[in-house]
Amino acid sequence: MKTNNLLSNKYFVAALFLVPALFFALVYLIIPIPLSAYYSLFKWDGIGAMKFLGIDNWAQLFSDTVFWKSVINNFKLVAISLIIQIPIALFLAVLLTRQIKGINFFKTIFFIPMLLSSIAVAFLWRYMYDPTFGLINGILNLVGLGHLTQSWLGDSSIAFYAAAAPIQWRFIPLYMIIFMAAISGIPEQLYEAAEIDGANNWQIFFFVTLPMLRGTVINASVLIIVGSLKYFAMIYALTGGGPNHASELMATYLYTKSFTEMNMGYGSTVSVALFLIALIVSVLFLRFNKKDIRN
Amino acid sequence: MIIKKIKAALIYLFLLIWLIITGYPMIFLVQNSFKIKMEFFQKPVWSLPASFTIKNYLDVINSGFYIYFFNSIIVCFISVFLIIIVSSLASYAIARIDFKFNKIIYILFLAGMMIPIHSTLIPIYKITLSLGIYDRLSALIGPYVAFSLPISVFILTGFINDIPYELEEAAIIDGANRIRIFKDIILPLVKPAISTVAIYNLTLLWNSFAYALVLTSSPTKRILTLGLFEFQGQHGIDIPLTLTALFLSVLPLIILYVFLQEHIIKGMTAGALKG
Repeated sequence: MKTNNLLSNKYFVAALFLVPALFFALVYLIIPIPLSAYYSLFKWDGIGAMKFLGIDNWAQLFSDTVFWKSVINNFKLVAISLIIQIPIALFLAVLLTRQIKGINFFKTIFFIPMLLSSIAVAFLWRYMYDPTFGLINGILNLVGLGHLTQSWLGDSSIAFYAAAAPIQWRFIPLYMIIFMAAISGIPEQLYEAAEIDGANNWQIFFFVTLPMLRGTVINASVLIIVGSLKYFAMIYALTGGGPNHASELMATYLYTKSFTEMNMGYGSTVSVALFLIALIVSVLFLRFNKKDIRN
Repeated sequence: MIIKKIKAALIYLFLLIWLIITGYPMIFLVQNSFKIKMEFFQKPVWSLPASFTIKNYLDVINSGFYIYFFNSIIVCFISVFLIIIVSSLASYAIARIDFKFNKIIYILFLAGMMIPIHSTLIPIYKITLSLGIYDRLSALIGPYVAFSLPISVFILTGFINDIPYELEEAAIIDGANRIRIFKDIILPLVKPAISTVAIYNLTLLWNSFAYALVLTSSPTKRILTLGLFEFQGQHGIDIPLTLTALFLSVLPLIILYVFLQEHIIKGMTAGALKG
């Protein structure tokens, strides 16, 4: 009888249903953020005693050229990913929503990179980039462009771009599928009307398809921006942030500081900075976006 | 007519170019996994293997690589199972029980999407140490469940909101309690959304890396991505052997994809489509 009473109390029932989720969220999502901020005030190797430093770590962060280089690289990755992934994914989606034969075959194969782990993609590309035995230099030599062969991941002036390429390769299929879904949701009548008005394919794309995809393109951009700011695994496995920090990202830097150099106090400082930068960019973008829609 | 044919040819040309960009690395991967080391270093990488040797495959399997598959399967399945239970319970409360804080709790969960995984690595490492589960597979389950919650709650709450309320009303009038209603009425109806959530999280966790890197250390506790990472560290010079391990590591999802293509594509893009 008593349990029945409790179960008819909606507050008790709501709590019962929410407690498991709140437990996981609290321990692993919410508490870690203030905890990181707290650790950032200490000198600490992760095991031994913590020594209070005050804001020393933060002062160091502001004059840390490697950190700022990683921030710039993260934003470069945002820009590269937006410029490459959205147009190519859009282009492929437009091609794949044409009524021509064999579309399913192409779609099936095109999606495969998304199935591979970042680590697998990183190693696959590392062997394609291999200066002596790799596919890319091999092909360049084969077609007589031997002078273009490079130590792709070893040369600090191009390593960052070489490391950014497989990220594009892996994620284009995701946005391709998203755009395909959005394109097939555009009402047929719009295209018919445009055709009756004598619009050519380009005009149809720019005046019908693209405006109708606006929301989807913005969504995809948000995902790319947020994703690129917190990127880690592929770069870590490809270059480890090197050579000489050329491909360093905030996440690889914080990992190296915390778990290789065991400087967890300073690693926490970088963690909090990463959190704040991702937060500020997301909020700014969402705000700008809201304004944009109202206009 | 001719213009139409040229257009079609152009479309196929572009599709073919992208087919090579996407597919050729995969062919490179498979064809070189069948070569022995000497052959790889002496002949061009695009040459077909002189004889299709499965020596590399045997070597990878004999090196104990299979344990990483088991570890990944165990961790991913337990995590996904927990994610489904925990997030559908929470979603039901948010969508259906009016407890005044519905909106705030919902927004709080969604805000979790903004948290970069890597900025939590140090505190979670520390929490794991104090819980005494460092270097155990169970150490991964907590963070996996937590980081899958926001998107799962988002998908499931949206889905439950779309279920007509009348279905529950009758049961409430009959005096059924909320737990029964959830179990007997809501859960069967949300099955499609649950399968989307399951596939989305399963593929994401299967390929995840950072937590396993930080929270486990002994070789027998490594999941597949970490196992591949360490295999490359040890055998990286033997390129065909490493390519074989790489190919084996991506095979499970590709096999799943062959059989459940539409479900996998739908599941993997769900987070992005609804987000």
